[in-house]
Amino acid sequence: MPKITYIEYGGREHQVEVPSGLSVMRGAVDNNIPGIDADCGGECACATCHVYVDEVWLGTTGTPADGSQEASMLSFAALAQPNSRLSCQITVTEALEGLIVRMPEGQH
Amino acid sequence: MSPPLDDAVHSAASSVPLDAIDVSNPQIYQDDTWYPYFARLRREDPVHYVRDSRYGPYWAVTKYKDIMQVEVNHQVYSSSNELGGIQIEDQPKDMDRPSFIRMDPPKHDEQRKAVSPVVAPANLANMEGVIRERTIHVLESLPRGETFDWVDRVSIELTTMMLATLFDYPWDDRRQLTYWSDVVICNVNASDSPVHSEEERFAEIIKMAEAMAKLFNERARMPPKFDLLSMLAHDPATQNMPVREFMGTLGLLIVGGNDTTRNTMTGSIMALNEYPAEYQKLREDPSLIPGMVSEVIRYVTPVIHMRRTAKEDTELGGKTIKKGDKVVIWYVSGNRDPDAIEEPDRLIIDRARPRQHLSFGFGIHRCVGNRLAELQLRILWEELLPRFPMIEVMGPPNRLYSNFIHGIRSLPVRIPA
Repeated sequence: MPKITYIEYGGREHQVEVPSGLSVMRGAVDNNIPGIDADCGGECACATCHVYVDEVWLGTTGTPADGSQEASMLSFAALAQPNSRLSCQITVTEALEGLIVRMPEGQH
Repeated sequence: MSPPLDDAVHSAASSVPLDAIDVSNPQIYQDDTWYPYFARLRREDPVHYVRDSRYGPYWAVTKYKDIMQVEVNHQVYSSSNELGGIQIEDQPKDMDRPSFIRMDPPKHDEQRKAVSPVVAPANLANMEGVIRERTIHVLESLPRGETFDWVDRVSIELTTMMLATLFDYPWDDRRQLTYWSDVVICNVNASDSPVHSEEERFAEIIKMAEAMAKLFNERARMPPKFDLLSMLAHDPATQNMPVREFMGTLGLLIVGGNDTTRNTMTGSIMALNEYPAEYQKLREDPSLIPGMVSEVIRYVTPVIHMRRTAKEDTELGGKTIKKGDKVVIWYVSGNRDPDAIEEPDRLIIDRARPRQHLSFGFGIHRCVGNRLAELQLRILWEELLPRFPMIEVMGPPNRLYSNFIHGIRSLPVRIPA
């Protein structure tokens, strides 16, 4: 099972194993990791599972396509950066073994 | 809330022909008799066509997942003012008041982004101290051992202060904001409304716009600061709005900035009185407050519906929606859908996934102030519990005659001496 590292805004790290096929958001929620709210439950309909993907991983996770629902929702998120993703839209695969994501100051 | 309803209401809801069910009648929200009608629609006809209503024909969308589908598909389900906007009742064409909630992208996006930083996480952290201080002050001034109106003394007072801060509005005149908020949302046919015709409403909103324009113009000449009027005055997307758009935008920000939180503050007292065991659980473990806040926002559902207009033929829940059809998504119903939320008619303050509710909407029009609303409610309860273990509801609430805002006009309560 791929290991994923979630880093809270304050710096606290959580390393958990997340089964392939689940989303990175689900991995956080199922392990009670604070900082990812996921209000819509993974429908790409809010922006409260916002994370910053560690730069070295951006090539593997990819970035949202222009004009996509994810890009649109992220454009309303406070504090979005070029490496921002909605973690409900990143599906865990073996290729993401070791992925690091960081959380913003708050979900909005 | 869901107190045991009259048998007569239940039997009316179950015996009326399906075709005749019309959930747009504001009376069922004022009387609090809407539950069984939606329960039946969710079961028997979740995407329900109402051929004839006082607002013309419309689709009633009642299940959580169907509502979500409408919310995320703004390409098909438009909020545009030109097509009728976001309420089941159209604004009269010669008096309509566009604002970004009544727009589609790209203009919606540009205008929303002009104001959203005021409720972004960093600014909320800055506001927490002042909100707490005011909450303490308001609570400390409440009488003990006598009945008073919770809405006026607490819910309106706190949310109006918040609004005055967000606008940097003259402090002593802040209740004007409450009045205008009521003018914007009221049903002009209700006897106790502040205005009684669309013309009268329009005239009052012009007065609001004039007062606000003065401040807006002052702030346009000053360096940008962190209040809504200054932000509107300095952003290219909003600094040159036509007058009716200015009226609409201020109305939106005023209503969104106070009314929904006001009614949830009142609703939280009612809900916990209805469920004494949950109230007791909260007293024993105040760490349940954040979850309780989300649960109460779901349970109260301060916005009853949103309306969209189909821009093309489409399919929803097995029904064919035609281009131009009015599609009404009923948050009150989706939030009580047992296929999405376990035991939805009960208040459960420590339920799993309390944030998954429809009260803030979803998609690009999702409530921009959602975290500020939660913050105000959390602080209210954090300060309330240690001071007053019990706020006792002394009589029935006076509810608003509206199919749009789930409002409570007054609620008699008492703090035991």
